[in-house]
Amino acid sequence: MDVAIVGLGLHPFGRSPALTGLEQGAEAARAALRDAGTEFKNMQFAFGGSQDGGNADSLVNLLGLTGLQFTNIWNGCATGGSSLNAAYSAIKSGQYDVGLVVGFDKHPRGAFNPQPRDWGLDDWYGETGLMLTTQFFAMKIQRYMHDYGISRDTLIRVAEKAFRNGSITPTAWRRTALSRDEIAEAPMVSEPLNKYMFCSPAEGGCALVVCRADIAQRFTRNPIILKTAVVRSRNYGSFEVFSPSQAPLLGDAPTVNASRAAFELAGVGPEDIDVAQLQDTEVGAEIMHMAENGFCDHGDQEQWIADGVTEINGRLPVNTDGGCLANGEPVGASGLRQVYEICLQLRGDAGARQVPNQPRTGYTHVYGAPGISGVNILAR
Amino acid sequence: MSQQKPLHEGLFTWPPGQVELLGSRCQNCGEHAFPAQSSCRACAGSETEVVSLGNQGSLWTWTIQSFMPKAPYATDETAETFRPYGVGYVEMACGLRVESRLRESSVGDLRIGMPMALELIPVRRDEDGTELLTFQFRASPETA
Repeated sequence: MDVAIVGLGLHPFGRSPALTGLEQGAEAARAALRDAGTEFKNMQFAFGGSQDGGNADSLVNLLGLTGLQFTNIWNGCATGGSSLNAAYSAIKSGQYDVGLVVGFDKHPRGAFNPQPRDWGLDDWYGETGLMLTTQFFAMKIQRYMHDYGISRDTLIRVAEKAFRNGSITPTAWRRTALSRDEIAEAPMVSEPLNKYMFCSPAEGGCALVVCRADIAQRFTRNPIILKTAVVRSRNYGSFEVFSPSQAPLLGDAPTVNASRAAFELAGVGPEDIDVAQLQDTEVGAEIMHMAENGFCDHGDQEQWIADGVTEINGRLPVNTDGGCLANGEPVGASGLRQVYEICLQLRGDAGARQVPNQPRTGYTHVYGAPGISGVNILAR
Repeated sequence: MSQQKPLHEGLFTWPPGQVELLGSRCQNCGEHAFPAQSSCRACAGSETEVVSLGNQGSLWTWTIQSFMPKAPYATDETAETFRPYGVGYVEMACGLRVESRLRESSVGDLRIGMPMALELIPVRRDEDGTELLTFQFRASPETA
């Protein structure tokens, strides 16, 4: 039994001072239900997640007390990937026919401030100033630039692309294209990454209605098939956030495992992907994730990005809506926003940022602390 | 008289003399961990021993923390007195890479592969005035 995505809903990311995180999740859920021409009472199950917006299952107070199974999911920044994976399994197993996946968040301004004990670490690690995700991403790309000859120009180009794509995405938070110089001269946050090279914690909501593919036509004329949804945690030796020490030999990142498994299960390869969303909480992540997801060899990114391969008109458009850099990261919703964007692209509904030549197969990748990756492969 | 003690027990030798980092070594597979842990993250074995990781290494990667972190960061600094600090992974003799603050905090002073040496630094004073210490690495004085 195939699984189809038949309803798409987004409450735009950014800042919504008048709405709680939960209300932004409800707005997204209502939009997805409308898009599928159905109502919440027809949902047999829901999976949802939020970091700072409250318990996802509190949404029933806003959407209706229908008695459905509503399970909360929490997997750091990979929460959206894990929620969709749970829904995929629920339908694939035959347990349910149709349900809702929803994520939302409302983070305070500024960098995240995780607590060591929530991550199996002692207080000294946070108290002495080592527990910042920004440091990890900076150190990972710093070493990667050293090992594979990635230049600072390439970091700048990825940021330029993100804001350029954001500027033509009506739902994006950052909608102003930035020049090379504006990006290059921005204040440094964590060497080699500056202010415009990091995404910011934000607010927003995203929801999807998913169902058995054989009943998809009841909801929409253009269902998107979720060919596979894979989540993997870290291997021994992978270089991950919140790690006081790392093994001597570098192992494959969780993204490598999730990506390989997803391609195998979907029966397609990287060359079959027409449009992709790769986690870009900072520019280095997008660059490294191109290789970790199997699209190129380590180091090829320098030439690929110079050649425009990942632009909307390129061979492998990446983060066509501006990704996390232009949309910000409401953790609970962010992984679902990636799927939302790929579904729009496959439907041909992406407006000014539509990838040409009617893309057929899309790919999403989310990465979260402390080393979790979720990969989805979608097709029309 | 000013007293000193580690912010957290078991990260380094105390009292210091010549300070060394402490970690654990798995008696089954030989893999190391820092901080010391009672089970092995490589082979899942439960027989580990605390060992010295030494006090010299080489810089594997680095960045600079340019803004004062929010809580749980807990030092005696204020927004006015905060100074950027380096952060890096230092590869020890056994191969394990340990994450650490770095004394050096400007771009020109840090490069991958440079030799590093361990030292102790104050974090803050507790209620009775005792100075709480943690470890950091600095450019190795022998090559500086």
